[in-house]
Amino acid sequence: MTTISGKADDREEIEYLLPWHAAGTLSRRDAERVERALASDQELARRFELVREELAETIHLNESLGAPSSQALEKLFAAIDAEGATVRKPSFAFDLRTRVSEFFAAFAPRTLAYAGSAAALVILLQAGVIGSMLLKSPEGAPKLASIEQVPVDSIDLYLTFVPSATTGEVTKFLQAHDARIVEGPRGPGTYTVRFAVTGMPKQELGRLLKEMQDNRNVVASELEAPARVSPAAPAAPAGPTLK
Amino acid sequence: MSANQATSDEVLIGRIAKGDRLAMQVLFARHHVRVYRFVLRLVGNPSVAEDLISDVFLDVWRQADRFEGRSAVSTWMLAIARFKALSALRKRPDEELDEETAEAIEDTSDNPEVALEKKDKSAVLRQCLQKLSPEHREIIDLVYYHEKSVEEVAEIVKIPENTVKTRMFYARKKLAELLQAAGVERGWP
Repeated sequence: MTTISGKADDREEIEYLLPWHAAGTLSRRDAERVERALASDQELARRFELVREELAETIHLNESLGAPSSQALEKLFAAIDAEGATVRKPSFAFDLRTRVSEFFAAFAPRTLAYAGSAAALVILLQAGVIGSMLLKSPEGAPKLASIEQVPVDSIDLYLTFVPSATTGEVTKFLQAHDARIVEGPRGPGTYTVRFAVTGMPKQELGRLLKEMQDNRNVVASELEAPARVSPAAPAAPAGPTLK
Repeated sequence: MSANQATSDEVLIGRIAKGDRLAMQVLFARHHVRVYRFVLRLVGNPSVAEDLISDVFLDVWRQADRFEGRSAVSTWMLAIARFKALSALRKRPDEELDEETAEAIEDTSDNPEVALEKKDKSAVLRQCLQKLSPEHREIIDLVYYHEKSVEEVAEIVKIPENTVKTRMFYARKKLAELLQAAGVERGWP
């Protein structure tokens, strides 16, 4: 009797774990237990299929809920900026050395770290691997060799923020160039930034890159190479290409 | 992006704790949609949910230096989100809540009976998922959509692990009853 009761308890416990097994969030030990039970119990295996159906439709339902607007991010950073204003009084009229000295002398560690990492923009290259993708036009505007040949949806660049840009300036820069941060930081203040360039003529893309290069308020060094170029999807009969 | 290139959430939190606003932006970009959907399923109002996620991430900014890494960052954020969502629900009149919750998630599909007539079992299942109680909906979302383990759900919902398992079981049982009422017989429970 004890054995039968024990088996029933074990089966019930296994059944409780099926949702997590379907989602792949069980420990290896528990997952192996469930797998063994599924292999030897057809009814349990049938119920596991029901769980998988529920999982699929729950994902479908949640994915249909949409996403918040960009106002959520704006509101968040407005609040963060407001908090920052109460604890620090940065003077952007000073040169970099003065500013760094003041930051070290006057502010809390959290503020110091911000001063060290969030700031004006240096565009770095992924030298060697993709350096050859960049060409210089006679006029000095950078051109991307690969973009000369195939349409692209986006390009990724490594951007390092240097010490004179505020969060507002960086945000404005990103908005102005239809860009967003997709990864990072990869090093002190360095992020991968994705620029949407779908349907952009090559002349326009060259102008965009030149404009970024010339933006000395945020770009402190010369633009040298893309970190990644995402080819556009094959042309569809109608409608925009989606990434 | 390969796995070894990705900056872990924990590293981002460490940088946020030091005041790195761009790390904050990256963390937001990674998680805000899921947090929004979790909150929306709790409060049922898109504009309220949007306001709440700003508050959630502001708390992350404020409390990053106190994050101890005993749980995943996403688990920590969902726990904050849940607390804020429930606080918001408590502050609002019941009448308003019921009305808004009912209208919150746009129902563009057929009702279960009509969907069944069209033999769309998946649509019926989704309809029935929306008819679950908030408590059952929450645990199903956490397990299936947010991919949280038993331990993580326990941490987010603040209940014992065994209760997590039984609550999930009864949520699924209730779902099966709703499906049966809509004409879908699954042979379980």
